[in-house]
Amino acid sequence: MAPYSQLSFLLTVLLIFGALCVTSKVQIQSSSERQSASSNTGSTGESTSNSSASITTVPIVTWKWHHVETPYLVALWILVCWLCKLMAQLNSKLKSFFPESALLIISGFILGGIVWGADKAQTFKLVPRNFFYFLLPQIILDTGYFMPNKLFFSNLGAILVHAVIGTCWNAAAVGISLWGCYLGGAMGNLQIGLLQFLLFGSLLAAVDPVAVIAVFEEVHVNEVLFIWVFGESLLNDGVTVVLYNVFDAFVSLGGEKINAGEIIKGIVSFFVVAFGGSLIGVVFAILISLLTKYTGKVQIIEAGFIFVLGYLSYLTAEMLSLSAILSVTFCGVCCQKYVNANMDEKSVTAVRYAMKVFANGSETMIFVFLGVTAIDTDIWVWNTGFILLTLLFVLVYRFMGVFFLTWILNRYRLVPIELIDQIVMSFGGLRGAVAYGLAASLDETRIKEKNLMITTTLIVVYFTVILQGLTMKPLVKWLKVKRVSPTELKLIEKVNNRAFEHILAAMEDISGRIGDNWWTRGWKRFEDTYITWFLMKPEARKNRDYLFSIFHKLNLEDAINYVTEAEKRGSLAFLNQTDGTIVNFEKKLRFSGVMPDIMSELDFGNNNVQPTSDTVPSVSLNIHEHEMKRMNEDFNAHHLLQQHLYRSRKNHRHKYSRSNFSINQSEDEVQEIFQRTMRSRLESFKSAKMGVTPAKKITKHPKKDPNHKMSNGKTTDKSKKHPYGDEDFEFSEADSAYSGDGPRRFKLTLSVAGVENPAFIVAPSQGAQRYLPWSPRNLHRLAPLRISDRSTDSFLMADAPATEESSEESPQQPSQRDGTHM
Amino acid sequence: MGSTNSTLSKIPNAGDLMQETGFSPAHIVRLYDRYKALDKDKKGHLCPQDFGAIKELAMNPISDRIIGAFFSSGQEVLDFPSFVRILAHFRPVDKNRPKDPNSPEHINSRSNKLKFIFQLYDQDKDGKISRQELLQVLRTMLEKQVTEEQLESIADRTIQEADLDRDDAISFDEFRKNSLWCPSRSIKCRATD
Repeated sequence: MAPYSQLSFLLTVLLIFGALCVTSKVQIQSSSERQSASSNTGSTGESTSNSSASITTVPIVTWKWHHVETPYLVALWILVCWLCKLMAQLNSKLKSFFPESALLIISGFILGGIVWGADKAQTFKLVPRNFFYFLLPQIILDTGYFMPNKLFFSNLGAILVHAVIGTCWNAAAVGISLWGCYLGGAMGNLQIGLLQFLLFGSLLAAVDPVAVIAVFEEVHVNEVLFIWVFGESLLNDGVTVVLYNVFDAFVSLGGEKINAGEIIKGIVSFFVVAFGGSLIGVVFAILISLLTKYTGKVQIIEAGFIFVLGYLSYLTAEMLSLSAILSVTFCGVCCQKYVNANMDEKSVTAVRYAMKVFANGSETMIFVFLGVTAIDTDIWVWNTGFILLTLLFVLVYRFMGVFFLTWILNRYRLVPIELIDQIVMSFGGLRGAVAYGLAASLDETRIKEKNLMITTTLIVVYFTVILQGLTMKPLVKWLKVKRVSPTELKLIEKVNNRAFEHILAAMEDISGRIGDNWWTRGWKRFEDTYITWFLMKPEARKNRDYLFSIFHKLNLEDAINYVTEAEKRGSLAFLNQTDGTIVNFEKKLRFSGVMPDIMSELDFGNNNVQPTSDTVPSVSLNIHEHEMKRMNEDFNAHHLLQQHLYRSRKNHRHKYSRSNFSINQSEDEVQEIFQRTMRSRLESFKSAKMGVTPAKKITKHPKKDPNHKMSNGKTTDKSKKHPYGDEDFEFSEADSAYSGDGPRRFKLTLSVAGVENPAFIVAPSQGAQRYLPWSPRNLHRLAPLRISDRSTDSFLMADAPATEESSEESPQQPSQRDGTHM
Repeated sequence: MGSTNSTLSKIPNAGDLMQETGFSPAHIVRLYDRYKALDKDKKGHLCPQDFGAIKELAMNPISDRIIGAFFSSGQEVLDFPSFVRILAHFRPVDKNRPKDPNSPEHINSRSNKLKFIFQLYDQDKDGKISRQELLQVLRTMLEKQVTEEQLESIADRTIQEADLDRDDAISFDEFRKNSLWCPSRSIKCRATD
């Protein structure tokens, strides 16, 4: 699809659109005349036709523009913005060079130019009201909902330091320096005072979440850095709102009335605004979670509740003049876990996709409108000194603030933040639409230089988004230039490198990447006992054990595969053949979306274990003969290695992303690794116990535990010739009652049947052999996996859920056949 | 983080450990907290199941080997000093530490790091990575769809490229020579307080 055809298409649309604007203006004027005429004549109610004059004949078709004008324009603008985004994505060369946000702003310039050319006035500005009430909330809800909680909360201290102290510093420094320069005469004559400078400083101080995400998405930085900048951009809204309102009030009061009392009130208002906003968010999160607990019957629309309640939390906070962004953020942050657990799978997916659509759509529109708004002669006031000095101060003080605060924070950190990261952090302090919105909401009667401020804000926004966005990626690359340029590595080196990465990732996991201290565990305990009882559906609570459900899925999958294969071949005797047929289960198994999104930073969103008929996998079996024996000599081992080595966790760690939401290939990889590990553990355990060549694929016949309606979709019909070991999978519950006063305790016990029908011992097929454990000597004693029972996801999740009470184990022991447990 | 000093006093032989491994007191305390957290049943030592319970570890293809490396020489219990010693391998190389030619190499010297990794490959501890052992490692690290023949060819080629003395196995020296990778990264205990 040539970009040119798209371009011409877009231009056509724009031309039509421009013409429409012109005609709409004409229509507006004429219809308003007529409407006033009609109201004068007293006909109220319907304004059906264009004229109040009586019609002379039955109209077949009438032109009803003024009926649909507003929604039509809105829809048309949305369409045009999204088309711009489409165009921006089309040209891949351009895309790798320019950040998408910059391209959107430029498209906005073009569109603005067209509209201005048609109307000689900018009819479509970014009105602050529309921005704050219709475009911003969904973006923030999206960030809150997808926030990596563990990372966020463990870095909360640093984030708050930057958000609060950093923003205050920025505001004060910029304001005072500008005032100083003004006094020094660098700006000529302006009707402006210190307070107004401070007000201006405060609206420019805040790092903008929309812009930060847009740029950082394209630049991959390490997760601590990312969460710092990201978290700061969200939490500084609390400060910005306070500063803006306080200085606005000061400006209204006038300089004389400001005394200590007022200043103290200002400080108090900070706490009220910030905590109040967050509290509202938490309240709404509780509401959402409670609601989803009971919406099982209306699964079809339960996804919608999140959006409505999220939006209400924003508006409520706004109504109470508290920080609306904080409210929505915390609403999303707090409700994610419970909502994901309570809602049906499909609803969860629906919510996620819908959020991404709204957020992405809004972001696109914001950037385009930022561009459109610029093309307006009314607001442009040029004052070289003011503008250039502002730019300079904004940049410089950002750097200074970040470096200073990080220096302080580093003294309390085990791992200091490096210089490179600090530079990236400073450079990533982008201003965006929020600043513009605040500037546009200034009261021009009190603030005479409003237009100058708007101009300056726009220029700062463009500078940061376009220029800094452009240079971010090259800067990062340049700063990290210390990498050794690799010569062609030998195979062993490639393998080693990958092995090293895996080892490092494992060591990080073992040593606990995120602090695991008393506070964390205490919270987890509290949460498990009280909060999940209150906010989660009973079924969801039961099924929280992630590992267990994975295990179960694994075995179902095996069973289904074998049975399907048997159906194809008539019987399961195919497993007897060892003449080199390779049974290669290429699984595009989706578990019908039941498999949780592992990659979401270990926030194991839960799934109800429902192996219904939905879980019929699409198994494709490739059975090919041993022609591979005859491989040609120049077999490309290097290429194969490159392609097929598993990537380590660093390479596919979760990144919050607004534009990418997909179950990507790395998830499949992780699932594969996970399954293999589980399998090998099961089988090494089995081989240790049986002392027999582990010739069987293992499955489980879940005991029909009377307490649990664990429907298993697979058959336990023993008449089929299953070459399976009899492993009974017991699932017992220590606390029988759902009283909720004791923690849920699930235990997986895996016991091995003593007797095995020798007829079922078969030699493994080639493919099955691959899975057999290589069992290094010291590993067969890796006693079976102890799967613990705690909730797998929480705000502050330690790596391995804690099971403080182990006394349950002993009473269970006598009931095991072999005395071995998992 | 709370009172490092008081926690430090609870850890037996903390001073010796710090000396031996080069960890700072804050690091040792952090590791101790982690050790205790991993030890769910409060046994006072760790066993393989405790490692198995770390979820992220199960997503690592060579997790079992790594766990095995902690429990070397067939033991089933891991006490705190051994835990710390193994993690100490991954500290950054101390460039500034005075080099005393007579003292044994530091635990996190490059050579020791490589030795640790070598041991992951060499399961039977004969000082060489045989073809079979290499095959096993490759099997775990490569995706499922790589067939057995492909695996064997890769293993053969790998040994061919690395093996200098033609004994069809990779010794530690050959391994070391082929590791251009400088283990300059280290694990970082990402406690953020």
